[in-house]
Amino acid sequence: MSDLIRKDASELAGLVSSGEVSAVEVAQAHLDRIAAVDGAVHAFLHVDTKGALASAAAVDVKVKAGDKLSVLAGVPLGLKDILATNGLPTTCGSKVLAGWIPPYDATVVTKLREAGIVILGKTNMDEFAMGSSTEHSAFGPTHNPWDLERIPGGSGGGSSACVSAFEAPLAIGTDTGGSIRQPAAVTGSVGVKPTYGGVSRYGLVALASSLDQAGPCARNVLDTALLHSVIAGYDPMDSTSINSPVPDVISAAKRGDIKGMKVGVVKELGGEGYQAGVRSRFDESVALIESLGAQVVEVSCPSFPAALAAYYLILPSEASSNLAKFDGIRFGNRVGDDGTKSVEQVMSETRAAGFGPEVIRRIILGTYALSAGYYDAYYGQAQKVRTLIKQDFDAAFAKVDVLISPTAPTTAFKIGEKLDDPLAMYLNDVATIPVNMAGLPGMSLPIGLAPEDNLPVGLQIIAPAMADDRLYNVGAAIERELLAKWGGPILGLAPELAGA
Amino acid sequence: MAEAVMNYDEAISKFDPVLGLEVHVELGTHTKMFCGCSTVFGAAPNTHVCPVCLGLPGALPALNKIGVESAIRIGLALNCEIAQWCRFARKNYFYPDMPKNFQTSQYDEPIAFEGYLDVDIDTDEGRKTFRVPIERAHMEEDTGKNSHVGGATGRIHGADYSLVDYNRAGIPLIEIVTKPITGTGKYAPEVAKAYVAALRDILRGLGVSDVKMEQGSLRCDVNLSLRETPESKLGTRSETKNVNSLRSVERAVRYEVTRHAARLTAGDSIVQETRHWHEDTGISTSGRPKSDAEDYRYFPEPDLLPIAPSREWVEELRAALPENPAVRRARLVADWGLSEIDMNTVVNSGALNLIVEAVSAGVEPAAARKWWTGELSRIANDRGLEIDDVPVTPADLKRLEELISSGALNDKLARQALEGLVSGEGDIDAIVKARGLAVVSDDGPLLAAIDKALAADPAVAETIKSGKLAAAGSVVGAVMKATRGQADAARVRELLFEKLGVSE
Ligand SMILES: [Zn+2]
Repeated sequence: MSDLIRKDASELAGLVSSGEVSAVEVAQAHLDRIAAVDGAVHAFLHVDTKGALASAAAVDVKVKAGDKLSVLAGVPLGLKDILATNGLPTTCGSKVLAGWIPPYDATVVTKLREAGIVILGKTNMDEFAMGSSTEHSAFGPTHNPWDLERIPGGSGGGSSACVSAFEAPLAIGTDTGGSIRQPAAVTGSVGVKPTYGGVSRYGLVALASSLDQAGPCARNVLDTALLHSVIAGYDPMDSTSINSPVPDVISAAKRGDIKGMKVGVVKELGGEGYQAGVRSRFDESVALIESLGAQVVEVSCPSFPAALAAYYLILPSEASSNLAKFDGIRFGNRVGDDGTKSVEQVMSETRAAGFGPEVIRRIILGTYALSAGYYDAYYGQAQKVRTLIKQDFDAAFAKVDVLISPTAPTTAFKIGEKLDDPLAMYLNDVATIPVNMAGLPGMSLPIGLAPEDNLPVGLQIIAPAMADDRLYNVGAAIERELLAKWGGPILGLAPELAGA
Repeated sequence: MAEAVMNYDEAISKFDPVLGLEVHVELGTHTKMFCGCSTVFGAAPNTHVCPVCLGLPGALPALNKIGVESAIRIGLALNCEIAQWCRFARKNYFYPDMPKNFQTSQYDEPIAFEGYLDVDIDTDEGRKTFRVPIERAHMEEDTGKNSHVGGATGRIHGADYSLVDYNRAGIPLIEIVTKPITGTGKYAPEVAKAYVAALRDILRGLGVSDVKMEQGSLRCDVNLSLRETPESKLGTRSETKNVNSLRSVERAVRYEVTRHAARLTAGDSIVQETRHWHEDTGISTSGRPKSDAEDYRYFPEPDLLPIAPSREWVEELRAALPENPAVRRARLVADWGLSEIDMNTVVNSGALNLIVEAVSAGVEPAAARKWWTGELSRIANDRGLEIDDVPVTPADLKRLEELISSGALNDKLARQALEGLVSGEGDIDAIVKARGLAVVSDDGPLLAAIDKALAADPAVAETIKSGKLAAAGSVVGAVMKATRGQADAARVRELLFEKLGVSE
């Protein structure tokens, strides 16, 4: 197996642009890796061998011509199957979209293509991004490269797994309540949810419009920043996109200096309910941060305990409306159209057959929450909680520069362990959800393995809106120390996968 | 099956009608409300579509600023307040003509609210003004259009299959909703019609819509209820859809009054329902029952930002509003010394603005009116042109009038010059020259032509001499024909009488 697959994205980009290695070789090495291990990992729903080699070849032509290349030209990437790709299947992990080929590219995809990033294929996910384990994919679960019997997190388990299984150095995820950060935490990779509005949502199939945000996944802080800089920026096609300069995340990732910074530990995100090994690694990180010259203080966010409940009203409400279009009339699978049934019957059968149980559960929940007579008590009340959460963050950021917490309460659990207990599943996102509710940027950074199970633990870093660069500065500072301590990337400790 | 009705006068003597009107106006923006697709009517099905207006997964709306501007201008013209801050909402229901299975609309935060429109109608006591209170004007997107193929009715029931055209989906609509209109008494039908007509004139004056009821760019729903007395509480209302001509608005109100009255008098209750109006038979039939419990699960549209029109912008738009059509009409009637009937002819010709422009360029009002409602309307009609598209400028008309008053052209030649203009033969002077249009003022050729005409009909000279001057008409006609209309008919007549020694 080529050693190209273990290289960082920034290193690969350098090799390609200098002409030392062709982008086609890089793409082929990763396609070979996918062929070797993805039968066991199942990170990909669709591998676009032809398209990947063609876009790699196009980069090589530019290298030969001496054209200026973007920072990640020729670097392969796994794309979460929730972003529309012109000419490539986009299923959202759902049978209802099986066979659908979008006629257009998401803005993020356009930016990736323009940057010469090589899209290897579409990665697995919980159906319509509803879940924290990727077990809710209609096409079967993804397995955690650290232990194939465990979940890779969710909803973007395919993206985190492909990065941590060395199938791609980069991936794009989307994060509505933690779907980039929690998978990053349980797979020992880095994931960032940018500020809401920082990355265009055009072409991102909506789960909950006011919470969704696409972001970068990689194996280190700098690569994550490079990918962040490629996909971020104002887009007139997305009305909620922010029209102001992208924070300088690359410089911040190169800087990594937190001396004199104030770091807040969120009191409500930790302690009881958090696995012992998660807590101990988190406490070590706090000590490390202090040793780097930052001041750490405890901050209370009293509304956070209500965040999960409010989230599970807002998300299903928006989702129930966003998912109404999947009726088999204009695109995707149509079920039951035998010429004898009414259009309502065909829509109904299409939806009943096309959606999995978690999607149906949330559509019903959201439909109920928006119903006349219940709206104020549920959706309206949840919006008030959302305002309180924002106020908690505002108050906290008046005192500190960034906030930290464990990303997830536990390390990766066993496939099937929580499948029949939705509430237990929802609790995986208890620490990440408040960030989405307030539209803030958040990072998950690997900080070691839990002693009791030798599985990765993630640190969550939260910054104020449009201060995404702070995440990278803090992340880079901690990462530098940990790499020195570990003698290399934590993913070097993961077991080698069979077939490789 | 037709329902029982009561004679209108009897119905009105027993009950007090309460009206409500909901008007949907398709805006004349070039692009749709939330995407860049064309709004042009009549394109091949599903050719004006994109991921956004097809509601494809991942697509997002981007607001058309001209749509918002038009909505504000309509609100201002209807004396409404303009919201400081408002949002779109999603109206959720499943229907195949709606790509997203929700309509992006406004719910409890309309862009314009609390307005009114004064309308004049003829009553037994002369012309009287009614104030129609307006509750709101809000923005929304149109749906696609279903056609049901096969079956006898063109309705979904019994059809073999249905087709959907999404060209219309996403076209900006403004819905203008009145408050309950009370106090009209027996004039309810006339008030309803006058309101829709006045609204149409205002919208046309604003230039925000082509307001063609027959093409559906202005659609009207008529709500009606009856109560025993003006003091009683409001009765149950019916909502009649597809009332798509001014005449139908009046008839639908009248019909519903007579239908409600018959039911109520018979002790039956009114069913709250939507009803379909049938233009041909002049009756409405029951549609689907409508209950207040119908639940659209409205919530604020998270994909669009709130709209907060600045006060400066609103005031700018207010200052640039055209004169209210009713006020303007009254002013022009006075300025031009027209009768109401003359003014109706002008308005119906669609050439009011063109005439106003010609007058401000210096053409006499009577002349401008004559050309635009006469010859130019005829030319437009013959050539299938909209009157606005007839290529005759105010300057052209002014030059034409100059040539007429100097005697260089007569009426008939002037019409030929206009034909030339519309055919693109150049400006008036060039056409006059190229076509050789000039009144023959030299008597020589006229006398020769008169001699020729008299020779062709030897009896006519004696007839004229015997005092039957009317017989001169055939000679003058023959001369005009011989000179291809370029003679001055009055001069021909003069010369003829001189020659025959007859005095008028
Ligand atoms: Zn469109």
